[in-house]
Amino acid sequence: MFFPISNSHISPIYLVVIGFLIGILGGFFGVGGSFIAGPALRAVGLDWNFAVGTDLAHIVGKSVVAAKRHRALGNVDLKLGLIMAIGTMSGAEVGAQLIQMLKHAGNVNFVVSIVSIIIYVSISTFMIWEAWRTLQYQKKRRPRAKIPGTAAKQDESSFSHRTAAIQRLKLWPMISLPASGVKAISLWVIVVVSFIGGLFSGFLGGGAGYIRMPMLVYVLGIPTHLAVGTDLFEIIISASYGTFSHAVKGNVDILIALVMNTGAAVGAQIGAISTQYFAGPKIRLAFVPLPLIGVAIVVYTLVTGHKL
Amino acid sequence: MARVSPTKKEKKKTFRAFLVELGFYGIFVTGYFFLVLHFLFGWLQNLHLHHVKLYALMAIVLIIGQAVVLESVTTWLLRLLRGRSE
Repeated sequence: MFFPISNSHISPIYLVVIGFLIGILGGFFGVGGSFIAGPALRAVGLDWNFAVGTDLAHIVGKSVVAAKRHRALGNVDLKLGLIMAIGTMSGAEVGAQLIQMLKHAGNVNFVVSIVSIIIYVSISTFMIWEAWRTLQYQKKRRPRAKIPGTAAKQDESSFSHRTAAIQRLKLWPMISLPASGVKAISLWVIVVVSFIGGLFSGFLGGGAGYIRMPMLVYVLGIPTHLAVGTDLFEIIISASYGTFSHAVKGNVDILIALVMNTGAAVGAQIGAISTQYFAGPKIRLAFVPLPLIGVAIVVYTLVTGHKL
Repeated sequence: MARVSPTKKEKKKTFRAFLVELGFYGIFVTGYFFLVLHFLFGWLQNLHLHHVKLYALMAIVLIIGQAVVLESVTTWLLRLLRGRSE
């Protein structure tokens, strides 16, 4: 199939399959999947600028499908998502400005690569440690009676004492997040968390779900299932902003994104429904390889000098 | 953490329904490729070349619009094939 905007020939079946796989990941983990989609588009000969821009457009579509499904399952905290939008947008802009500064300094690739490796490895290591400890703790305890309905959204974390300390910070204004079961938390904590998510989105690209989802769980104390759904809502905002910015620069082939999205629509539904069958710590443990895939791609790029 | 574990019978039923859904969806998407995307090609290419800001706006409108429609279609298919249990 010929795509005139990017002047490329790509099989639509390939695009649908890639969209489907990334859709499953996005629906299940609440990530954009840019660390797979970018290299997958590059592998079929799409120029790197088009791969990045088109990937962002596809992420918007896939996240809309997955977030809608999560909303139907009661996994999206809209109040939290809307507050976070402010920090996400400003963080994304600061991240993009940092990239521009590094570009002028002439060492953007090296700095971004090293920062991303440190961040990805840290997230994976921390999540292995925390999810493993939580699962061990749950095994040692007597099994609780299974309560259907709202109790299924409750979550446990061995890091919860630190999260409780963060929630006790009395920095005015304090707000409540009833949908997430948070009685009171400082607005500034939410803004800082979303700002950091946006900063990484602008700095490293993609929706930055790999850092926002863990922060929602460990810093704000949002149950994992709600963190996945709310993160997807945030990704819609940050990726839409990125898509517009890249499209104005001529880096988006929307036709490719539309074809990928047909596969992602099914994949995202499957991923979102699948979260209902897994406990929070297991989802977090399964999340661990995703940042490590990002590390592998960055190391490959650094060693060989070629972008995947 | 209470999760509802599906039985083997339910899993088999869900998997069969999923395959049927994929078949329906495949036919729908093939038709969509030829009927809708085919007509959009020329118009979008023209926007990309001459009205880049409008193209950027249309890119977001199209991807969100398509996502909403596809989500509705897949949800409808899920309900149709698996009943009200989803």
